[in-house]
Amino acid sequence: MALDLLSERGTPLERQKFTLRELSPPPISKLDDDAFTRVRIILMNGIEQEANRFQHYFARGDRDLRLALARVRRVEHHQQTMVNWLLPADQSPLETTIGYEQVAIEVTASVAQHEPDPYLAQVYRFGMLEDFDHMYRYSALLDRLEGKDANNILQSYTDVQPGRPTVDEHRAPEDDLRRSYDRKSAAPISKLNALTIAAGEYQTRDFYMNIGPTWTDPVARQLYAEIASIEEQHVTQYESLSDPEETWLEKWLLHEATEVYNYYSCLQSESNPRVKKIWERFVDYELGHLHFVRELFEQREGRDAGEVLPRELPEPIDYTSHRAYVRQVLRDEENLTAHGPEIVRGLGTDESEATRAYRDHLNSEGNPSNTVADRYAWRPGTELASREHAA
Amino acid sequence: MAEQASDTGMNRTGIEASPFESKGMLENAGDQPVPSADDLAMTRERKAWIRVAAPVGKVPPPMTGKGLLTVAKETLKGNKPTVFVNRLGERLGFERAGVRLYDAVLAKFDEAKAWDGGPMREELVRHRREEWEHLLLLKETIEVLGADPTTMTPAADLAALASEGVVKVIADPRAGLAESLDALLIAERADNDGWELLVSLAKEIGQNSLADRFQAALEEERRHAAHVKTWVAAAATAEVRRELGH
Repeated sequence: MALDLLSERGTPLERQKFTLRELSPPPISKLDDDAFTRVRIILMNGIEQEANRFQHYFARGDRDLRLALARVRRVEHHQQTMVNWLLPADQSPLETTIGYEQVAIEVTASVAQHEPDPYLAQVYRFGMLEDFDHMYRYSALLDRLEGKDANNILQSYTDVQPGRPTVDEHRAPEDDLRRSYDRKSAAPISKLNALTIAAGEYQTRDFYMNIGPTWTDPVARQLYAEIASIEEQHVTQYESLSDPEETWLEKWLLHEATEVYNYYSCLQSESNPRVKKIWERFVDYELGHLHFVRELFEQREGRDAGEVLPRELPEPIDYTSHRAYVRQVLRDEENLTAHGPEIVRGLGTDESEATRAYRDHLNSEGNPSNTVADRYAWRPGTELASREHAA
Repeated sequence: MAEQASDTGMNRTGIEASPFESKGMLENAGDQPVPSADDLAMTRERKAWIRVAAPVGKVPPPMTGKGLLTVAKETLKGNKPTVFVNRLGERLGFERAGVRLYDAVLAKFDEAKAWDGGPMREELVRHRREEWEHLLLLKETIEVLGADPTTMTPAADLAALASEGVVKVIADPRAGLAESLDALLIAERADNDGWELLVSLAKEIGQNSLADRFQAALEEERRHAAHVKTWVAAAATAEVRRELGH
């Protein structure tokens, strides 16, 4: 049953409360829970982090809304804590990284297929193939540094093989910006998609920036530095999809709708009953935020929130393996690159002068993503499980 | 001679490294009796979590019965082989990580200066090869029991968690070969105890030929630990002698 965004009022803001004990729930099981439970937790941490980040920047430029933003933001912060603390500590930072890339592949694949605007869908497919390659590089690191199989985390939902080579993903900023949707004519799902994927990529960037220097292995340190740089490009790409002509309040409203949509998507597919209750509670919390912001929006802008929000939530994110789709995109689009806002053929052969100069310099002292995956091919139970392994 | 971590240098971590600032620190230092750990609120909170915590995970059921050893099938009738599979998975993960530790140690060896009584390359290569052979033995044993050797069992998961620091030291280019061998010794000691356990579990379930194969692996692991211990001691002795000017 579809959720009616404009009539469902959710939990009123003043009744949204947490105890400190609640903020640190018992974690899920890395071994026994479904990989998509981890995928949902990671994405929702990113969605909340984006909400928190956006509301902070909004508050810096708007005196009148500071208190309203602070009130909602405090709840978002606690929601993020409760969600992120579901991750178990026996999941090493590198295993969590595998989970982050699985989010970037499977969620982006779902979004790309649901996106009605062909240009935006193209951008999602373009980015997805780059994260697909990151998965391959990190899997090689996990195998060769710790002797672990990335598939223990992926649970066979997601392939481990090269995508568009990370070494070729480095582009000058002018080739990372995309055309934004038009706030007046874009479908509501296009707006929610852009915020969802930008949020996921931003938290990935931040995660790699935080854990990168905790490695001792010199290849690992360099690899995190390299892939964090691509994630920074991805944030640049995906945030440029949103229309800068939207007012900040309009953007706030869309952020809240994105949160409702994402928790609702999680709720539809969650297999862990304890986690499902959290998604259920937070759908109601986000509906409360949405209505709180809707009133502010209608008061200040003198227009109906229905102009911005979809009446009913779009089809939920599809938390399943998109193996066949990803393989097809890889076959068809691996050799694409970006020239200005356009996604075009000609990777390595027909690229802008700015990107060529930027990439050549960046790679001029070596490339860690190539170093780590030198002749690497995933196989069940690691490279070492093969009798043919060089002893 | 290259700088070594045991050389004298500027280390600012101790209170005596800051003779002036430390006076200020000491003005606010605690002067009441230190509470016992049993009596701490932190201990009570830990206990509350221990009482309700779920395990990190479970051992999956065997996917097929057809691979199960006949003898094992008899012996294990009515008993779940999961305890054994859990431990086999632990050793398998440990041996895999062990091969990677030797890969990292070998890279360090090739860039290090040798010392009297230190490792020879062939010895490190042999250890590595034996770790790898052990993991294949475990993989095949798990398969014969009808279980999946690619599973990360709960015991494997926790052993990897416990070893994270060992991996980090050995992978750190700033830790020299001798310091890396200190960390490797922790892994080899734990590996010895792990193999002893497997030998006794195999005997317990009547798998005597398997126990014999595990015993052979244990003997190799004992040699590994003994070698690494000797190299570590020789490195420390060489450093002391250097300091004394011998």
